[in-house]
Amino acid sequence: MAKLSKLQTATLPDAVLDRRQAVPALIENPGDFLMIAGLAGTAWELSALTHESPSLFGLGGAMGAAPMMGLGLALAQPKRRVLVATGDGELLMNVGALATIALQNPPNLAIICVDNGHYGETGNQDSHTGLGVRLDVIATGAGFPVVHVINTEADMAEGQRLLREGNGLTFILLRVKEGPATHEGKKNLVPHIERDRFRAALLG
Amino acid sequence: MAETVTRENWPDALYDLLRENGVTQFAYVPDAGHKVLIDRSLADPDVHSVPLTAEEEGVAMVAGADLGGRRAVLLMQSSGVGNCINMLSLTQGGRFPFLTLVSMRGEYGEGNPWQFAMGQAVEPVLKAMGVIVLRAETPEDVIAATTAAITMAFQSNQQVAVLLTQRLIGAKKF
Repeated sequence: MAKLSKLQTATLPDAVLDRRQAVPALIENPGDFLMIAGLAGTAWELSALTHESPSLFGLGGAMGAAPMMGLGLALAQPKRRVLVATGDGELLMNVGALATIALQNPPNLAIICVDNGHYGETGNQDSHTGLGVRLDVIATGAGFPVVHVINTEADMAEGQRLLREGNGLTFILLRVKEGPATHEGKKNLVPHIERDRFRAALLG
Repeated sequence: MAETVTRENWPDALYDLLRENGVTQFAYVPDAGHKVLIDRSLADPDVHSVPLTAEEEGVAMVAGADLGGRRAVLLMQSSGVGNCINMLSLTQGGRFPFLTLVSMRGEYGEGNPWQFAMGQAVEPVLKAMGVIVLRAETPEDVIAATTAAITMAFQSNQQVAVLLTQRLIGAKKF
């Protein structure tokens, strides 16, 4: 049977954080942001974290959209801070977006990749990051001026500071163990309703 | 806008039309058919000129711009339409205004056989994803069709593509 091997270049330690605690710990003040969340885990956990805030647009499909939606929003609202939270699979699907975003360098945009190294919604297959592909290095190579990796609790305070202070385009790789995201199961991600709610809250 | 639209000045008239209608984000994969629009957006301090690595990035960006209350346009070649198809789930499901200008290959007078498959598929695949397709065959058509598309997209929340045909832009010489 074919088996995928870890890259020989894989050097990061095994993930130890539980996303159910780590995501809320990192995003201390979700009310500071306009938010885009990638499909599946991050959409559910940000919905729970924000109590279904109208300032969150959560994706239920269109895999690969979240970072570029964040760019369009950040350019449109330069006085507001924009936070994209998405998974490793979603980010990998349009990894070129990191290059596009870095060229624009919007100072009001932060991207968090909640990296569990797996495709959790489809049978928990290994993702490329789980086998050693380094999204933080890709972000650095793309030109993100601020890149931070959270492997353990010890790395959390710096991530919190970066989000709190918001000094420029930022990429945070939050490495978490396999396991479920917080899912309160209330929010129905109907995209046109989300759009109307988001715009009404932001634009009046 | 130029008083008379000609074979020479329609790209400038098109740029002026987009700006007069409040478009402030230009997303594109570089293409000769969009050269003037790209160059003018790069020179315009009041817009964001965003080169993409692949066209579907632009579909998502257009939706993000709308969430923030701004108007965007996606400029691409016909081959790029194929890179956008699933991402149009976002614009369709979200009823986002979506305006794209597509410079056509693989049709009238095409000399590169690689261009035909996608060029000929542009209209059916866009329509299959619910995008309304308008064709521009002459300089006058470009302005009229894009004016119509702007209204359909930004007032009626439709998803609209204006095809800049090879009759209009000419077949690429090899």
